[in-house]
Amino acid sequence: MNMETTYFVIVCLMFTTYVVLDGFDFGAGILHLFVAKTDEERRTVLASIGPFWDGNEVWLVAGGGILFFAFPRAYSASFSGFYLPFMMVLWLLILRGLSIAFRSMEESPLWRTAWDGVFFLSSALMAIVLGAALGNVVRGVPLDHEGYFSGPLFTNFLPGANPGVLDWYTVLVGLFSFVLLAMHGAIFLRMKTDGPVHDRSAALAQGLWYAIIGFGLLTSVATVQVQPQLYAALLSRPLAWVLTVGNVVALVGIALGLKGKTAVSPFLASCALIVLSLATVATGMYPVMLRSTLGAKNDLTVTSSASGALGLQAGLIFWLFAMALAFGYVALLFRSSAGKIQPSEGNGH
Amino acid sequence: MSDVTWSRVQFGFLITYHYLFPQLTMGLALIIFILKCVAYTRKDERYDRAAQFWGRIFGLNFVVGVVTGIPMEFQFGTNWARFSNYAGGVIGMTLALEGMFAFFAESSFLGLFLFGAKKLGPKWHLASAFMVFAGSWLSGYFIIASNAFMQHPVGYAVGRNGSLQLSDLSAYLFNPWAIWQYLHTMTAAVITGSFVVCAVGAYYLLSERHTEIARICVKVGVITGLASSILILYPTGDASGKLTARYQPAALAAMEGKFKTSDHAELAIIGEPDLVHRKLINPIQVPYILSYLAYGSFGAQVKGLNDFKQDELPDNINLVYFAYHIMAGLGTIQIALMVVAGFMLWRHRLFNNRVTLWLLMLAFPFPYIATTMGWMTAELGRQPWVVYGLLKTVHGSSPTVSGGEVAFSTLGFVGLYLVVGILFLYLVAKLLGKGPEEAPRNALGAPSPA
Repeated sequence: MNMETTYFVIVCLMFTTYVVLDGFDFGAGILHLFVAKTDEERRTVLASIGPFWDGNEVWLVAGGGILFFAFPRAYSASFSGFYLPFMMVLWLLILRGLSIAFRSMEESPLWRTAWDGVFFLSSALMAIVLGAALGNVVRGVPLDHEGYFSGPLFTNFLPGANPGVLDWYTVLVGLFSFVLLAMHGAIFLRMKTDGPVHDRSAALAQGLWYAIIGFGLLTSVATVQVQPQLYAALLSRPLAWVLTVGNVVALVGIALGLKGKTAVSPFLASCALIVLSLATVATGMYPVMLRSTLGAKNDLTVTSSASGALGLQAGLIFWLFAMALAFGYVALLFRSSAGKIQPSEGNGH
Repeated sequence: MSDVTWSRVQFGFLITYHYLFPQLTMGLALIIFILKCVAYTRKDERYDRAAQFWGRIFGLNFVVGVVTGIPMEFQFGTNWARFSNYAGGVIGMTLALEGMFAFFAESSFLGLFLFGAKKLGPKWHLASAFMVFAGSWLSGYFIIASNAFMQHPVGYAVGRNGSLQLSDLSAYLFNPWAIWQYLHTMTAAVITGSFVVCAVGAYYLLSERHTEIARICVKVGVITGLASSILILYPTGDASGKLTARYQPAALAAMEGKFKTSDHAELAIIGEPDLVHRKLINPIQVPYILSYLAYGSFGAQVKGLNDFKQDELPDNINLVYFAYHIMAGLGTIQIALMVVAGFMLWRHRLFNNRVTLWLLMLAFPFPYIATTMGWMTAELGRQPWVVYGLLKTVHGSSPTVSGGEVAFSTLGFVGLYLVVGILFLYLVAKLLGKGPEEAPRNALGAPSPA
């Protein structure tokens, strides 16, 4: 595997890990108004993600850093092209972090309810935005011959040569992402909590599973329609067949796990589903990083946007070492806060 | 205003606001680690309570630092796309390393430090305090190394497509500019931490609350504050100045408001640069000293602003001049205050001396202002370059982003950060009002021996 491809895998891995990890706390944010009714129940939800959410966001920042370093052209084109939507994402992330951290620092029920609302809205919108962003990458953006583009928030809601950030396809992917992360969060809460929160989360997870089948099929059909190149690439690559089977196995695993008593296995299956579905998209995209709607000659590929060889080699060694450490920290954190949240632990949050 | 100007305003505002928080994070991380070490080695639970108290303030401060830091990572791509495209292959390296090596350690162990005191036991709790300290200080190095490349590019080559690539990794990572700028910046962070810890301790002593913990705060804060206030001047400030003289002589001339080239150059203590008549008005100057400070010889020639290419001068000379002088002036005041407080502490008179305690309580904004001014000196002094000598700031912006869009998002950030600031101050006030936990009491209701 050459260096550019290696980094393509690394960048995909970093952002996938981000979606898996921050995904469960987005999901918890989407669901907490519905699965946790009393103040104590809401504190339990927050306590379950309390030690994790900040570390989870590090995967976004670290992934962004690696994208910046390894593929400067793709980084600068995508972030400047999606300027205004991206600024709004930043505001959402800021508000979301504050809602988790500030909510329980004040006794007043009004204060807490207000932050609960912010937590729900920012989590829900972030889940949709992440999906819509992926939708944009799959559909393509109007990259010009200099490698830049300007993406308006929306145009005529149709994916054509000059699409907006939001069109029917990207909104559909956004809704799929919303449902997927909501289920991921429900399964996480089922694992980490007891009592009514657990029961409601378990019930919701079952319902959301059916919604995912529906949205998943709809999104797949729409993707074939909107981006036939991706579909053709998938058909020609054996890895994609393996991943597709993996997706089905993960879905079945979730359904079986939710029927059983074990807490951890459906969560692992849900993580696997996110990893495998994103890996499928990446397999179909490669070697394109950012597709142009104005013709394939403007596409940013792994080779056309990669940076210098010496830096990439050194960075790879650092990355392997850093990942070993990071996975160690995450394992330590999960182990030290293993098991169900006890009501008393909610006091810090 | 043009899109470049708006982007500069936005970056300047976001980074200045953001850095109000990490400087306290990094300073407090060291002080909390010191408190935990004393608590552990002397088996003194008072130091543990002090560390727990500051841990809570640290946690709040850290959160605001994190949420205001996320935009920074992406500002390069959103507002400075051509710069990112040009230099990303080099400075992206350290930004990625920061995320991978520093942030993971910091966030994971902060979770353990704040949530796991009971589960971990004293030894591992101390270890997690160390990891939070190490993570935050490592993070500082990677950011400074990225900035140092923009100030003094080393270890790079120009690639096929005209953008920069790494050619010498260790030259890049151990850029002399990075090393001195790091030591200077970290020392400044310890000053901020020390002044804040002192101010809170003095506040409790003056209001006669939590006096036991307050004395620990003032004592530790004055010791770290005295050491760091002196180290900021020498050797770290001195070395930073000499590097500026050597690699950015135009910035040095702007910092000093020096228009005419001369030997035996004078140091401006007070004065105002007059760009129309190209001289310093109402100056109080000390002859020979600038030559000595910049080049180590009283007779050395210092080049004035008049003798540089006029399109390679910092574009806001007055601001560079004022920022630098405010930083240096406040640095002097900080040394004076800490020397006095240190002397009183040594003579066991500090805790009863209300005047000094009042001064300590009110002085905590000084290091925040001094740090901000120091960064303004460095960043405005670097102009008109975004990568010194290689790429001008005007050529680094995003081609598809308009001034109006940046104006809009800047206003959005200003509004949001105003709310964040108010909430932060409110919650800090609440934590301070609650104060550290009282000592555990024995069955008779008397404080148990430490």
